[in-house]
Amino acid sequence: MNWDVVVVGAGIVGAACAHRLAHAGMNVLVLDEKGIGEGATAAGMGHIVVMDDNEPEFSLTHHSQMLWDTLDLPGDAERVHAGTLWVASDEEEMEGATRKQSGYLQRDLKAELVSAKALQQLEPHLRGGLEGGLLIPNDSVVYPPRVAAFLLEQSGVEVRKVAVSEILDQGVCLTSGEKIPAQHVVLATGVKSVQLIPELPIRPRKGHLAITDRMPGLLKHQLVELSYLKSAHGSDLDSVAFNVQPRSTGQVLIGSSRQFEAPDGKVDFQILGRMLKRATAFMPALHDVLVTRVWTGFRAATPDSLPLIGPHPARKGLVLATGHEGLGITTSLGTAELVCSHITGNPCALDPRPYLPTREVAHA
Amino acid sequence: MPEIQVNGQPLNVKAGISVLAALQNQGIWTTRTSVSGEPRGALCGMGVCFECRLQVDGKIQKACQLMVQQGMKVVLDAR
Repeated sequence: MNWDVVVVGAGIVGAACAHRLAHAGMNVLVLDEKGIGEGATAAGMGHIVVMDDNEPEFSLTHHSQMLWDTLDLPGDAERVHAGTLWVASDEEEMEGATRKQSGYLQRDLKAELVSAKALQQLEPHLRGGLEGGLLIPNDSVVYPPRVAAFLLEQSGVEVRKVAVSEILDQGVCLTSGEKIPAQHVVLATGVKSVQLIPELPIRPRKGHLAITDRMPGLLKHQLVELSYLKSAHGSDLDSVAFNVQPRSTGQVLIGSSRQFEAPDGKVDFQILGRMLKRATAFMPALHDVLVTRVWTGFRAATPDSLPLIGPHPARKGLVLATGHEGLGITTSLGTAELVCSHITGNPCALDPRPYLPTREVAHA
Repeated sequence: MPEIQVNGQPLNVKAGISVLAALQNQGIWTTRTSVSGEPRGALCGMGVCFECRLQVDGKIQKACQLMVQQGMKVVLDAR
């Protein structure tokens, strides 16, 4: 079998790329040592969110969200249009919310400023004394591993549970020694990308999540503190931020934490404690809720917080689709469009330049 | 012997045992129902798996980690 494309990595990014390339008529083979949706795809929150930190991120998340809206997902993908409610604690953050709103409105996205009183009505379990917020109703929630599996099922591509030991010029070598030639290789292995291509500027950024017992009706929207924007970017310090999400089961998913240089994937009770304290500070009702599971995962972070999407400058046939940090679920579909455009030469609605691996990386 | 209530029914139990043991002594093995409607009960019996959670005095707790007390109100399958 002569493969047009071998996709390394069956997380949501690899699955979306395989789905898109198969749709474009390519023969696609997907390889993953662990199986479908086992890495960051299984660890994350599954928040489909438009982010406006910078123009390229805004474009990629916005375009991706439009693609999400075209998917006809099965029920067990648990897509819920919860919307994101960005919560402002003080006047400064409320000004930030107002600035944020104008950017969304300029792109014809729905964005509604919420007064302190309206915030209490929308989410009565939030603590009193908050300043207000910004509601982005089109944001949603999914269960990412199921989406990855669904995209692969839909595309009918072959998926093999094997480990790749080396990326070759136009092909890959497996740990078994078998070589698989292909016109193109797509590398979509998140933090593990550096195991195969050591020169990539990707660092693992550890995160913790906790999930509660079923508490139907505790919250309706994904709630994120606006200061998340300050804590989540540009700093190497360990940080936590209030970020909670209602699941369709009635459970509450509680985040978020960010750590560089974590020694391993074990639960770090100090940062978990900080994270849960932050959550209960915003939502005191969480004090009485039972957390039933806690886990960690690793985001693939790049120096400028933008993913690496496009041809590798020195390796024949290799296209990168990695470094999505905390936005890989949202941006998987837009990434797949870009990858498909790089491989087929057909134009893409997105400008590919900001994500090219050859870009001048401006440290965020 | 302390008396507890299980789903409104009074039940005399041994002192100094866990709520889980009290229920299992009565042949009650299912403490709750999963999201998809399957029965759930204690798996580990030592506070790690959270599968035996049920409602005691209005609060969801682990049956295996809670000693019986006079007057406790236990609700199976609260959610």
